[in-house]
Amino acid sequence: MSPPPTNSDNDPVLVRVENAVKHFPKRGGLFNRVIAKVHALNDVSFTIKKGQVLGVVGESGCGKSTLGKVVIRLHRPTSGKVIFDGTDISQMSNQQLRPIRQRMQMIFQDPNSSLNPRMTVETTIKEVIGLHDVVPESKMDETIDQLLKKVGLRIDDKMKYPHEFSGGQKQRIGIARALAVNPEFIIADEPVSALDVSIQAQVLNLMMDLKEELGLTMLFVSHDLKVIDHFCDSMLVMYLGNVVEEMPCEDIHAHAKHPYTRALLSCNPITDPDQRGELTVLEGEVPSPYDPPAGCPFVTRCAIKTKQCETENPPLLDRGNGHRVACWEVE
Amino acid sequence: MPDEQPILKVRDLCTRFKTGRGIVTAVDGVSFELYSGETLGVVGESGCGKTVTNKSIIRLLPEHVTRYGEGSVVDYRGTNLLELKEHQMRAIRGNEIGMIFQEPMTALNPVFTIGWQIEEALQYHTDLSPSQRRTRAIEMLRLVEMPNPEKRIDEYPHQLSGGMRQRVVIAIALCCEPEILIADEPTTALDVTIQSQILRLMEGLKQKTGTAIILITHDLGVVAQACDRVIVMYAGQIVEMAPVRQLFHNPKHPYTKALLDSMPKPGRAGHQKRLPAIEGTVPSLFNLPKGCRFAERCGHRQNNCETALPDLIAIGNEPHSSKVRCFYPLGETA
Repeated sequence: MSPPPTNSDNDPVLVRVENAVKHFPKRGGLFNRVIAKVHALNDVSFTIKKGQVLGVVGESGCGKSTLGKVVIRLHRPTSGKVIFDGTDISQMSNQQLRPIRQRMQMIFQDPNSSLNPRMTVETTIKEVIGLHDVVPESKMDETIDQLLKKVGLRIDDKMKYPHEFSGGQKQRIGIARALAVNPEFIIADEPVSALDVSIQAQVLNLMMDLKEELGLTMLFVSHDLKVIDHFCDSMLVMYLGNVVEEMPCEDIHAHAKHPYTRALLSCNPITDPDQRGELTVLEGEVPSPYDPPAGCPFVTRCAIKTKQCETENPPLLDRGNGHRVACWEVE
Repeated sequence: MPDEQPILKVRDLCTRFKTGRGIVTAVDGVSFELYSGETLGVVGESGCGKTVTNKSIIRLLPEHVTRYGEGSVVDYRGTNLLELKEHQMRAIRGNEIGMIFQEPMTALNPVFTIGWQIEEALQYHTDLSPSQRRTRAIEMLRLVEMPNPEKRIDEYPHQLSGGMRQRVVIAIALCCEPEILIADEPTTALDVTIQSQILRLMEGLKQKTGTAIILITHDLGVVAQACDRVIVMYAGQIVEMAPVRQLFHNPKHPYTKALLDSMPKPGRAGHQKRLPAIEGTVPSLFNLPKGCRFAERCGHRQNNCETALPDLIAIGNEPHSSKVRCFYPLGETA
């Protein structure tokens, strides 16, 4: 066991999600009726303590981005609660949300599509600051200069347009925009997935420094287990809209219990040619979220399934030390 | 390590593009050999020229803006592919040299069934009758482990998942039993569990057919798992070429070492610590430095690195020993 040395049990909780469910209707047929539902989130509960980074990992379509958007209320959950610092924000109107949104900001995956190509860096950041009115006009320039310095951009960069920057620099602009209103909570949705390895390390380092310096709490969504393992304190593993396992990151390799987590671990190509051939290949593909299996969501690909798995979805049970697993077959 | 004659010899390949901002050299003096039955990995960051190198080999670049260097040779069985006419090239492309592209949705034609698309390649390159072609197409789908091939053959690309589409692309590439398979980021658009299925599939097919594979990727994990030899490219040049074990355990070029170091490692030692990132960015191809192209970002640079460009030099005397483009290659214990 190693850092972070926190007496985390006493830390107050910043974000609490209780039984969040999100369905997206699919319309079609006569009169454009609802003909099917995508089960994007299915009864998801977790908490994030102040100053902690929670990672969410899973394959495409598992609901990890939806989860991020529900927490920041870009989506309204179908049912369940999202409690931010003691306030239930799950059914609030946009107007009620505005003061809270200043405290939670998002960093997006693709800096090309999340920055307005017609706005200079300065206007982009000014827009956010103006919306939340956190800095008086007279101090605006100074604030923007400080922000740019903080994320490793040059001050004369502020008059440039997004196309003049490289991918890594664009992501730095995205980070500067998120930090402009002094948020406490950041949701980062695949912030380094579009970047090259060497640039990915730069951006991860930057986020790590800023987190320390500003005491940020984060929800970090990624498909890359290596990045989550490196960056986060604990992680949720999602499969088909369900959380199948939650554990502290230090437990990943030794104590991951759910067969899906174990498969993810062994599918992640190890950067060591001597450890070749140890990939256990997971057969089959993720079932359609329109028609998830009746029992455990993982049952169609699981090697240790039993009769019970096909009919009943296992609950996410606490196994101590912040480790929760949803599997009938795991002790 | 195979020791017969190489099946493909690339000598001093230079690929230049005419652009609005002048001539740009995307690939600069690339030379390598490919042997039957091996997987050669090509790694590097975006814009390093790994895709252009391979598109030059199969001549898939837009002819009107592309120029190859004077001395550039792509020797495939005694023929210089760069000198062939388009109709001669077409007989080789897809027949003797197959390709797999990164994004299976754009590589497949959405308005034709997958069966039609596999049969198209067979129709062009073989004398099979229509019914034989269909049998062969089903066989190919079975070979790439497509579930239920008799039914799937009449489906359209949009009815298939990403992993299954990539299997179709592989089936098309392999249906004429090519000598060389060029796979350009074949698993980048796929999830890890599907990625490992596709990598295992390619490995199995290689062993069955003896095809030589050039695997282009930016993922060092994929290289470690799938390749026999590796080429590392930076700003249009090869900076290191080595057998896979040597590359990972004993990298010679500072860029290779830095790339390996900047990956997050499993385990607690580096958890939530700063990663040893490579500072700075890749130089623009329009404005290349005079000396070593990596010098600006290199932690080991000396004075002459900024003024002279090092050659790609072999280390050791064995025929397959590694090569490195550096004045000060890293030591044995690096």
